[in-house]
Amino acid sequence: MNETDLWTVATILGMTAITVITRCFFFLSDKPWTLPAWAQRGLHYAPIAALAAVIVPEMVMSQGHLIATWKDARLFAVAAGTAWYYWRHGVLGTILAGMAVYLPLHIALGW
Amino acid sequence: MKQLFKHPEFRAGASDMAAVAPGIAAWGLMTGVAMIKSGMSLIEVLLMAVLVFAGSSQLAALPLIVAGAPMWVILATAFCVNLRFMVFSAHLRPYVMHQRIWKRLGFGYLMADLNYVLFTKRFPHPGTDPAVIEAQEAYWIGNCAIAWISWVGASLLGIALANAIPLSWGLGFAGILALLGIMCSLATTRLRAVSAAIAGAAAVATFALPLKLNILVAIAAAVAVCLLLEKQAPARPATPATGTGDTA
Repeated sequence: MNETDLWTVATILGMTAITVITRCFFFLSDKPWTLPAWAQRGLHYAPIAALAAVIVPEMVMSQGHLIATWKDARLFAVAAGTAWYYWRHGVLGTILAGMAVYLPLHIALGW
Repeated sequence: MKQLFKHPEFRAGASDMAAVAPGIAAWGLMTGVAMIKSGMSLIEVLLMAVLVFAGSSQLAALPLIVAGAPMWVILATAFCVNLRFMVFSAHLRPYVMHQRIWKRLGFGYLMADLNYVLFTKRFPHPGTDPAVIEAQEAYWIGNCAIAWISWVGASLLGIALANAIPLSWGLGFAGILALLGIMCSLATTRLRAVSAAIAGAAAVATFALPLKLNILVAIAAAVAVCLLLEKQAPARPATPATGTGDTA
């Protein structure tokens, strides 16, 4: 096991502070201040946009490039998960159905 | 505080998160494995697993820490990877400003992507009367408690079992599927679906940007396009309020 480095410990504490600062950025000031109405309306589209922005590259890209093959376990897992969601409306089922397709294709076939 | 645990919304928050907890746990597990395999010491890994509570910034920082990058570079990276949370905090500000500062900080510290998404889904508008405010607080605490336990617990498990779970199995993909399920549950209006499509395409198109800035660009693009489309079709009714919040 490697030795613990005080500088690294300080870096980890700093990262914790960054977590708090970014997530609380607009909570910090007590001054009365509200977003303009258009921005408030726009933020209603932000949650789904954030999710799509995080997951779509993880589904269709590898090593920074769009995948060029259909032999990728992730595509089939996403299809299975989405189908389950619209069939049964459960997030847990989406995860399980997706993984039930993903793991055999990925581990056994190497897709 | 005790009253909040007994509040029915505490349970609602906990059970909404419990449905996606296996995905979060699989992701946390793989992050735990990746942290140990990076070559950091056990104490460093444990500290990071328990304190930082931000998966993408942890994974981005690992190679930098191992390569001995200067601290400011690592912190700047963590900051940029976390930029989307600043957008979320602007959204949630009206929900928390009645609280004292230390409570707001605690509230924000626990804000992972899914907490934010599930909370704004349940409460589309900030509460104005004390009963709604209490319900929102109880929901948040229940929601975050389950997320924290699944993420940190699974990270610790991954640290303990690092040699038994190869990264190549790709168990972390369960986390993506969890987010996929939540995304489907949010796509209740045509404009929301457009928002997802644009953000997904923009995140892929701008993937080459450093520091995960593609996520921020994608959110901005999706929000901007939806605002424009909204203007062109003003007759469209607002999204139905499913929560108990007042209309703003």
